[in-house]
Amino acid sequence: MSVDLATVKRVAHLARIAVSGEDAERMTGELNTILGFVEQLGEVDVAGVEPMTSVTPMVMKKRQDAVTDGGIAERIVSNAPATAENFFLVPKVVE
Amino acid sequence: MTDLTRLTIAEARTRLKAKEFSAREITDAYLAAIDAANPQFNAYVAVTHDRAREMSAASDAKLAKGEGGALEGIPLGIKDLFATKGFHTQAASHILDGFKPEYESTVTANLWADGAVMLGKLNMDEFAMGSSNETSYYGPVVNPWRRGANGVGKPDNKQLVPGGSSGGSAAAVAAWLCAGATATDTGGSIRQPAAFTGTVGIKPTYGRVSRWGIVAFASSLDQAGPIARDVRDAAILLKSMASVDAKDTTSVDRPVPDYEAALGQSMKGMKIGIPREYRVDGMPDEIEKLWKQGIEWLRAAGAEIVDISLPHTKYALPAYYIVAPAEASSNLARYDGVRYGLRVPGKDIVDMYEKTRAEGFGREVKRRIMIGTYVLSAGYYDAYYVQAQKVRTLIKRDFENAYRDGIDAILTPATPSAAFGIADEDMAADPVKMYLNDIFTVTVNMAGLPGIAVPAGVDANGLPLGLQLIGRPFDEETLFRAAHVIEQAAGRFEPQKWW
Repeated sequence: MSVDLATVKRVAHLARIAVSGEDAERMTGELNTILGFVEQLGEVDVAGVEPMTSVTPMVMKKRQDAVTDGGIAERIVSNAPATAENFFLVPKVVE
Repeated sequence: MTDLTRLTIAEARTRLKAKEFSAREITDAYLAAIDAANPQFNAYVAVTHDRAREMSAASDAKLAKGEGGALEGIPLGIKDLFATKGFHTQAASHILDGFKPEYESTVTANLWADGAVMLGKLNMDEFAMGSSNETSYYGPVVNPWRRGANGVGKPDNKQLVPGGSSGGSAAAVAAWLCAGATATDTGGSIRQPAAFTGTVGIKPTYGRVSRWGIVAFASSLDQAGPIARDVRDAAILLKSMASVDAKDTTSVDRPVPDYEAALGQSMKGMKIGIPREYRVDGMPDEIEKLWKQGIEWLRAAGAEIVDISLPHTKYALPAYYIVAPAEASSNLARYDGVRYGLRVPGKDIVDMYEKTRAEGFGREVKRRIMIGTYVLSAGYYDAYYVQAQKVRTLIKRDFENAYRDGIDAILTPATPSAAFGIADEDMAADPVKMYLNDIFTVTVNMAGLPGIAVPAGVDANGLPLGLQLIGRPFDEETLFRAAHVIEQAAGRFEPQKWW
């Protein structure tokens, strides 16, 4: 399988990455090189093989469903580019 | 007085305890070396002078009372991927500009609890995506090795890459700019740079070292480990880095063994597997020679050498380039200009996301997010992602079969070549060429196994080459034992100082 320019632009939008026409053209070539390389996986017989979900046999650890931390809103927003009263500020999303 | 930066961790540990010098003195020696040489290597992206001096003073107070942990007063470099509270933690990416975490990674917290001293944060490929340290927002790292080193081959002044993604870690350790370093490995990012710099690097079994507080790349493959000057130092560092951590649900409930105790144990009766599929087309003769030499050393030490087959080896790299980008595209969705780092204003929120991510991510990172987004998108998920995860099951099964047949560890080359030049044109023109650097290491991540790279020789140009040992799950001890045998036979490899 290979991708065309329109697919690259669509995927870039899905990935929320702005691309110029020139970027998209360059990426089309690069992505096709990589997709060409991974194509060989198609020749592997995977009949009856389960897809891997965990690399080591383990039971997911669970913890008590209890509040163990909190009251640190100031620290949580301390790295944000824009905040007000311990909220993250974003451009208007509802009219 | 001896140059304190030349001591191994094991030597420094003994002499600090004996009060032959202070933690402050060895820390100052490293800080002076960094200040003098870092402009040439670009190994550190932040040097934490004040913090290093505070921590070393605290170590001296403990050492004076005859107290102190396993790494008391030992100055270390920390890869920029590890969260260090209040200090530069940006995964060498533009998108994390100015990020200073409010928390400490479990690995670094373990190191500080054992008395280690932080010298600074080390350069790396952006988000650990790369094999040459050239994708860093902060620019490439220079390998302390040059062709013609130590009188072997024709000298030139060409700058070589230290490998990647842990290029800053490997270069800093090899150039005596830290006693040891933390690193991470998703497809070979500890072992390939270790091989390129004549240092020792171990990627432990998935689940051995907590991933908590390490910037995520591909969560099912990422694992932290040390890069050190010799096998003993790597064992000492791994003992401190590893732990059982409730904050990482994939951290495995097993006590951390004393890895150092494995050194010097006999190889008698051990079975070392030699996988025929690692004899790849176009492999340079000197790599083949090195591999044979490694086999002879282990045989001479009493190991039984067994030819084995890992039939799905050639599919590991293509499967990796589906699984890793898929996980990365998901993990890196969080960088949106809202909660931390860079924000580029836009006409609405989606425009802001798109502009922020366009400016904040470098080319390689964007390429992988795009691949990941594509293979996870509707209509392609089964053909790519599910197929790759099935192939991954088969890759792991190959190893399980070998271990079931009694193999204790597997010996392979670490990389298909020695270090190459910065801005290599072939690599820049074709992303897959760069990816092939990980051909011998990536299988280990896909199967979640431990792997160690140990320097074993030099090529015709005098550049270091490494061998890799792959172990059973949670049997890092056998790797240290066998790597130590190779190290004893091969000797240590140090660059010739030109800086």
